[in-house]
Amino acid sequence: MSVTTRRTRLAAAALAAITAIGGLAACGNDDDKPAAGEKPAKLVVDTFGEMGYDELVKQYEKDTGIKVELRKTAQLGEYRPKLVRYLATGKGAADVTALEEGILNEFKPNARNWADLTPLVADHSKEYLPWKWELGKAQDGRLIGLPTDVGSLAVCYRKDLFQAAGLPTERDQVSALWPDWKGFHDAGLKYKQASGKAFIDSITAVSNGVMFQGGGDLFYDKEDNIIADTSPAVKNAWDTATSMADISAKASTWSPEWSGGFKQGTFAATFCPSWMLGIVSDNSGPANKGKWDVASVPGGGGNWGGSWLAVPAQSKYPNEAAKLAEYLTNAKSQVEAFKLKGPLPTNLEALKNDAFISYTNEYFSNAPTGKIFGESVAKIQPTYLGPKHQAVKENALEPALRAFENGQADKAKAWEQFTKDAKTQGAF
Amino acid sequence: MSLSATTARPSPAAPPSPDVSRRRRRGRLLNRLDVKYSPYLYIAPFFLIFGVFGLYPMLRTAWMSLHDWDMIGEHSFIGFDNYTRLFSDEYFWNALVNTFGMFALSTIPQLLLALFLANLLNRTFLRAKTFFRMAIFVPNVVSVAAVAIVFGMLFQREFGLFNWLLSFVGVDPVDWDGHRWSSWTAISTMVNWRWTGYNTLILLAGMQAIPKDLYEAAEIDGAGPWRQFWQITLPMLKPTFIFVVILSTIGGMQLFTEPLLFGNGNIIGGNQREFQTLAMYMYEMGIVNLNTAGYGAAVAWAIFMIIVVVSLFNFLLVRRTAK
Repeated sequence: MSVTTRRTRLAAAALAAITAIGGLAACGNDDDKPAAGEKPAKLVVDTFGEMGYDELVKQYEKDTGIKVELRKTAQLGEYRPKLVRYLATGKGAADVTALEEGILNEFKPNARNWADLTPLVADHSKEYLPWKWELGKAQDGRLIGLPTDVGSLAVCYRKDLFQAAGLPTERDQVSALWPDWKGFHDAGLKYKQASGKAFIDSITAVSNGVMFQGGGDLFYDKEDNIIADTSPAVKNAWDTATSMADISAKASTWSPEWSGGFKQGTFAATFCPSWMLGIVSDNSGPANKGKWDVASVPGGGGNWGGSWLAVPAQSKYPNEAAKLAEYLTNAKSQVEAFKLKGPLPTNLEALKNDAFISYTNEYFSNAPTGKIFGESVAKIQPTYLGPKHQAVKENALEPALRAFENGQADKAKAWEQFTKDAKTQGAF
Repeated sequence: MSLSATTARPSPAAPPSPDVSRRRRRGRLLNRLDVKYSPYLYIAPFFLIFGVFGLYPMLRTAWMSLHDWDMIGEHSFIGFDNYTRLFSDEYFWNALVNTFGMFALSTIPQLLLALFLANLLNRTFLRAKTFFRMAIFVPNVVSVAAVAIVFGMLFQREFGLFNWLLSFVGVDPVDWDGHRWSSWTAISTMVNWRWTGYNTLILLAGMQAIPKDLYEAAEIDGAGPWRQFWQITLPMLKPTFIFVVILSTIGGMQLFTEPLLFGNGNIIGGNQREFQTLAMYMYEMGIVNLNTAGYGAAVAWAIFMIIVVVSLFNFLLVRRTAK
């Protein structure tokens, strides 16, 4: 190797190193805010699952001349870490961000990450389901999210299995079987005696259903103290759920036993939030089309899931972003989104809309799902959800219920496990 | 390298003009710098990348572990509180027991089996050697998620293959994820299925490096295959074995995907945390619970320290027994 070529290489390597370091240093921050009143060229919207905004966004572009980029993430499990990264690093977030119930509550204690929408949009507080509107507010009163959809609850049941067990099959008669949870349990016992098989998928599905019915505080009081061990609403959900262990197939939601159970008919009924209908039909397959139907949920309404639209504080155009969120959540847009992808409206006017009420679902024996879910949602009592509601529910309440259901712990032991874990999971 | 330096040295017989000599001196200086420092430059890219993606995250994690750190909120310095909290954290110890339990259940049978298979593949009488050597590696190529999902189905309670097979010998269906022993068995089975072939190949490579004349000499002295294995193969395999054991230790302490998917993606690993590993606990504390990121970082460092200690212990143990 001659000296010159070696020297050239040395220089080249040094140059490469310098550019590399320079390149790293060049990634400085670029959060210079635009001048007030400047119109954005583009707004970004982050959503998960299917929220049905594709057509609405096009209309918005036409109306305002602002381009909208719709970034969709299929799985909530992938969506949350991305969101956390945007907030932790202070960059990358969309101008309008969809927040699922659990995520919203979790983000509330750090409300400064989100723009307060109160001064940015008109007062819509009377136009939505009151409890849904309230949940969009943080502890300090800051309005973080505008309501999009709700996971209103119903019961999905197998008509053919009901018939074989001598139970009524027509949806109004089925709903009449269980005005309350006792009636539901009796129907389940009757089914079990006749068929020898389990009636529902799991008792955690029951606890999800009961929890929102009584109103009142769940795992937290209004000051965010953990009251899981004394809350009457939680105790009621616990007692109702544990009483159903004898008619349960012990197939926890999302497990292979559960998704396989739909085809195998291991259970004849399950609790369906509106977004669950698609999952039930996928799991049951085309062969079971028309065998499922939808009845109302015992004890009135119920809720499982649902979302809000929020504007991150890091957005450069909070005004326009808030306007876009306002547009996407108004009555007309909610009906359009429902028609396209099925998320249930939360806007009172949209809930009264004919297109919504008259909607029927073909897979579920043409059940008038719009009407059923709409009625269910109207009965939901306002409930306060604390910051780590989701974590307490998923990692304390449900494991304890499953431990009881599977015979790993008796009722007292399981309750002890739940209350202890609720304290650690709920701390924030 | 030094050769070029020698030729560049000016001859004392004919002193060159001052201008030429200065140029030469400068050339010599550059040359010496080059010889001395350019190797560092050549290996610099590795260290740069390691620094950015290896060292920096480690130090940052250490820094985080000294704080009460909310991923999307406030951070406040609390010294070693996170570490003292570890000692009284029941779920940390539970995860530690689970990790070591599954580590023992997977590593020990796995290495014994790998040793046996490697010895078999090393035999001269075996036909289609290359085929078998390739075939045994195939499980390792399959994505870990696919393995976990398939095995998760095999270990199902209602429609699982293993319960179906057990029913033929009159055993009641086992609720695989409902007990500690059964979930550990199921998860270790996945790990073993995936890694036995890999270890076999490494051990086989070690065996092939043992000089053949040792075996010939032993055979002439009348040593049977068993004696040859114990007194030639095993001692000569010592360095390879240390390598394999340490690699398995690192893998075993970081067990994450298999138990996570076995429990349907639930981070707490079973209704009563029967199979939550340390890595899962770290993830639960550091990533799932946003407000305990600092504590999660402390768990991460605890895992690192445990791996160091266990590897050291393994190293000493294997070195001593092989002596």
